[in-house]
Order: sequence, then structure tokens, then C-alpha cells
Amino acid sequence: MRTETLIQALVEDGRAKEASLPLRFAVAILIGFAVSTALFLATLGPRPDAAAALRTPRYPLKIFEALLLASAAASLAMQLSRPGAETRRARLAMLAAPALLVATLVAELLVVSPGDWTTRLVGSNSRVCLTAIPLLSLPLLAAVLYALGAGAPTRPGLAGAVAGLLASGLAAALYAIHCPDDSPLFVAAWYSIAIAGVSLVGAAAGRYLLRW
Amino acid sequence: MSRRQLEWTEWMLAAKAGDAKAYEQLLRDLASALRPVVRRGLARAGRSEGDAEDIVQETLIAVHLKRHTYDTARPIGPWIGAITRHKLADALRRRGGSFNVPIEDLTESLAAEEAKPTLSERELRRSLDALPSGQRMVLQAIAIDGVSIGEAAAKLDMSQGAVRVALHRALAALSRRSV
Repeated sequence: MRTETLIQALVEDGRAKEASLPLRFAVAILIGFAVSTALFLATLGPRPDAAAALRTPRYPLKIFEALLLASAAASLAMQLSRPGAETRRARLAMLAAPALLVATLVAELLVVSPGDWTTRLVGSNSRVCLTAIPLLSLPLLAAVLYALGAGAPTRPGLAGAVAGLLASGLAAALYAIHCPDDSPLFVAAWYSIAIAGVSLVGAAAGRYLLRW
Repeated sequence: MSRRQLEWTEWMLAAKAGDAKAYEQLLRDLASALRPVVRRGLARAGRSEGDAEDIVQETLIAVHLKRHTYDTARPIGPWIGAITRHKLADALRRRGGSFNVPIEDLTESLAAEEAKPTLSERELRRSLDALPSGQRMVLQAIAIDGVSIGEAAAKLDMSQGAVRVALHRALAALSRRSV
């Protein structure tokens, strides 16, 4: 094939309209989130006292932390699928959720007497947490990897890991609505393990799927 | 920003707005800027330059298929540079070897170096055989014989829409097979 005629073919093909990257991401995340939410409502659902819990500090805080992680991961994932894009600011924003978690953890340690630390850390629901977050993130992870595949990530492993953080962040926000354990001690331990696990799966899948 | 980068950015914006002439200019200029950079990249990796035109074509196809990832608010140079590095690294990896080859700024690629293809007008190795026959015939007609979509449609007795779809799929398949 001569480069000259290849260019002709590309120009001919170029007359078709292309959907923008932010639009593709938005659609993928919406579809993934809709499926995960349906799954959540069909299996776990919000905890019975959710309305009352919203007026306590810890319950909304854990949901907010998960959403903060997901939104930072969404903007980083999008930057990572643009070749040569500046990612410094998006990478810095990824520190917001862990920083907030550490701050709430310190506050919890100050407020709660050391005798209760272990009870709060162990909680009552860790096994459900470790199962539900990864399962609820699967539809989201698939959708986000699809959107990344339509993009052009030059670092597929990293992009996949960030897709994992985005998916598990949203899944964690859903799961947090159900979970009776609100202590930052519980969140820091069990949510983090579940999220890290999904992120590793995302990295492996990214390295395999996001080649272009 | 170099003059060339300004030009490329301008052509890309015009192309996104539907200006096929600007798009063609962009791809042509890109091809001539890519050639010396890819050749030097191959030389630096201790590879023969014989594969250069293949990699130039793979890069052009990638630029084309991934053009929606270009952020129009930013200069185009780093975007093109990253795609070229990615395709070059990929090609080197496939041939087994080092794949972290630095390349110089494409927008600074000098006019004097804008060489013709080394294998000028020679058929490249990229084989179309693995494509489904419809896609192969469309790609053959447009990318090798150089006819327009309308002519290809008439010749192959297909609708123009079907030719467009087959062309797009064939290009995407070529790009996938090069990974």
C-alpha cells in the first residue's frame, strides 16, 4: 500500500463524524452506573435507617469519599486516553480522597476511645464489603475499559488501574449506602482493600485490552 | 509554537469542521515529517530503516482512528509526538527488542529532511489477505487503486454507505492487526 493512496483512503473515511471523548466517557459511565445501581437495588439495597443515618457525620462522609475518588479517577482516566496530555493536575487530584480519608481516620482515633478501635475496625460486615464492592464494580469497569479502548491510552496498565479506581469508587459509594459500618477505621481498612483489588484487576485487564 | 505546529493545529481544526482538503494537507505534511523521525528512531534502536514506511503508515492510521482524542484547546505537537512514540515502540516490541526509543519533536522536523519514502512507491508488506473479502475489495479500490468512494461503490455494486462502513472497518482491522 502506498502512503499516498492510504492518505486518500483516510481522507475519504474522515468525512464521517466522530463522537467526542468526553461524550463517550459520560455515556459509558452512565450505562455502567445504571447497571451497577440496578444490581445494588436488586441485591443489597439501602440500609433500613438510611434517612436517619444521613444526618450523622460518618455515613454521608464515607459516601462522599468514594464519590471523590471516582470523580478524580474519571478525569485522570480521560486525560490518560489522550496521547501527550498533561496529567499532573489530574494526578494531584487523586490525592484528595486518600487525604480526606486519613484526616477522618485521625479524627476518629481522637474521638473514639482506644478500647473501641478494634470493634470499629473489624465492624460487622467486612465480608460483604469485600464481595459487594468488586462485584458492583464489574459492570462499571467493563464500561470504562470500553471507553478507554475508544480513546488512545499510551500507558494501558496505568489507564486500566485508574479505570479500576473509578469503577470501584462508584461501587463503593453504592455499597456505602447499604453498609452499617460507618467508622473511618472500617472504611480505611476494608473499602481500601476492595478498591485496591479492583484496581489491580483493572491494571491487568488494561494491559491486555487497551492495546492500539 | 513553531509555524508548522500552528499549521497542523489549524488544519486539524478545519478537518474536524468537515474540510477534507485541510485534512489531506495535514496527513501529507505529517507523513513527510514522520519519515525522517521514524527512520532516526529505528536507527537509534539499531534497526534497519526498511520498516520505516510501514511505521509511518501505522502512525497515520492511528492519528486518523484516534483523532477524537485530540484536545482542540491544546497544541497538536505533543499529541502527534505521543502517538508516533507509541506506534514506534509498538513496532519495535513486535520485532523483539528495546522499545523505549526517544524521538525528537516532529514539529521541528526540518524541511530539508522531508524525504520521499525510501521504498518510493513500492508496495509495502502489509498484507490485506486476512481481511474479509468485502473490506479487502473496498480497501484495495480506495487505498491501493486510489478511486473515490463513489467510484468504488459503482465498481463493486455496493451503496456508498456500505462502502464507507467497509472502509472504516478495514482501517480499524488493519490497525488492530498491527498491535
